Amino acid sequence: MAYVAVKGGERAIQNAEALLQAMRRGDNNIPELSLEQIKQQLSLAVNRVMAEGSLYDRDLAALAIKQSWGDLVEAIFLLRAYRTTLPRLYYSKPLDTAQMQLQRRISSIFKDVPGGQKLGATYDYIHRLLDFKLAAEDGEYVAPETDNVRANGHSSSRAIDTLGEEGLIQPETTSTGDRSFAPTDEPFDITRQSLTTPTNRDARLQNLARADEGFLLGLAYSTQRGYGTNHPFAGEIRVGDLEVIIEPEELGFEIAIADIQVTEVQMVNQFKGSKKLPPQFTRGYGLTFGYNERKAMSMALVDRALRAKEFGETIEGVAQDEEFVLYHSDNVEAQGFVQHLKLPHYIDFQAELNLVRQMRQEQVDRNNHDQAVKQFSPPSSSCSKI
Amino acid sequence: MEQRTERQTSMAILAKSSLSHLEQRIETLGELPQYTFLRSPEIGLTMVRGRAGGTGEAFNLGEMTITRCVVRIEDFTGFGYVGGRSKRHAELAAVCDGLLQTEAWKPKIYSQIIQPLQTILQQQQAKQQRQTEATKVDFFTMLRGE
Repeated sequence: MAYVAVKGGERAIQNAEALLQAMRRGDNNIPELSLEQIKQQLSLAVNRVMAEGSLYDRDLAALAIKQSWGDLVEAIFLLRAYRTTLPRLYYSKPLDTAQMQLQRRISSIFKDVPGGQKLGATYDYIHRLLDFKLAAEDGEYVAPETDNVRANGHSSSRAIDTLGEEGLIQPETTSTGDRSFAPTDEPFDITRQSLTTPTNRDARLQNLARADEGFLLGLAYSTQRGYGTNHPFAGEIRVGDLEVIIEPEELGFEIAIADIQVTEVQMVNQFKGSKKLPPQFTRGYGLTFGYNERKAMSMALVDRALRAKEFGETIEGVAQDEEFVLYHSDNVEAQGFVQHLKLPHYIDFQAELNLVRQMRQEQVDRNNHDQAVKQFSPPSSSCSKI
Repeated sequence: MEQRTERQTSMAILAKSSLSHLEQRIETLGELPQYTFLRSPEIGLTMVRGRAGGTGEAFNLGEMTITRCVVRIEDFTGFGYVGGRSKRHAELAAVCDGLLQTEAWKPKIYSQIIQPLQTILQQQQAKQQRQTEATKVDFFTMLRGE
């Protein structure tokens, strides 16, 4: 593929950028959006940009959304580009999701879960009718509170642990017990190592955590419609704050650096069993930065689908094909390759044009030749058919 | 991290508090001793990890921004590690960590910085908890055919 060095576009490009900036700002009589407004009032957009941008920083995500004129995939791209400018200083201890300060926790398999079902802030039970009151722009809303709060201590134990106690669900443990991170024992890192299939679950989960939500949603839906079905239940969905803990070498002990909001989804899937494994439930796992429930659920369904080989299932749907899923899930890569088609391909296309013209001419010449042969040769050649 | 030392607790409070709250509290201290940077405030990344299924194999979830700073203050070394990109926040956290190691400043830093900040954090957490708890479902069973 050849790109032509095109000159003469410089002023047009500068003006196109200036036009974009002006259009993005809109009418100067309308107050400009502040980052704080974006962070608070477009919080779910910020969450998506942080998750798929693979960088937890609300200020940067809000800036990226403002800069991208509301185009979230563009904002994700901006965040990914920014992260390459910073050194990676530390690796955190794996998040302990049992310690979550819950903002929402539901289970669709057990009515009575330890600590109870807490709906949190959700659209789930609201009619999808446009609320014209919101257009009036003077809304003040008060969050309801209750004083009947039980100590949070044990309330965030996992709903599906009860299945584990009976041995009815595939256990989720580390292969080396409670491993501390020896350098040789590091999880795969798709930002540092090139991803080749077949992969392991650590690489897949990292890939899925930053994968495009729409792509994962479509794949997750395909598993439900029968392309590699695995009969899922939402074992537990929880949203809340977790401490990020690092252990800097220069300090010599562990410290918490922040609380971050995450969404965790534990899907429970029916499994008929195999030669090696008795019938039991299996798991699909979703974990994302921010409140990102649809994405985390899709991630969990696709994670389970990609475990087909592990459970000896036949691979019959695209969601179970790790090469297909993992190589097409990243929207920064995908939009780059699709959108590069907008770049000048003048020479490329000229060559194709010449080729098509040449083939056309050859076809015409061939037809003329064939007709001439037919006209001047005796009709005996068709006799054999009779 | 189950059992925390006093220092670990204080450093977490300094990191999790907002910069504006921290600055407000620092102002109440009056003049601070001179300090020098052993490591100037520096912005970087921390790769955040999770575990498959919450308890299984570790994997890389994604990165977050972090700012770190090390100061030398009254012959002690103070460390600041804070999520986000505020150099000022990391610097003030390091200064407080350093002063907490000195006999002279320790009580003052505790009473005027750490404890008030901890109270604010606890209040925020309690408020959020009361809001979440208000959305708790109280199931009841309808009796049929009586």
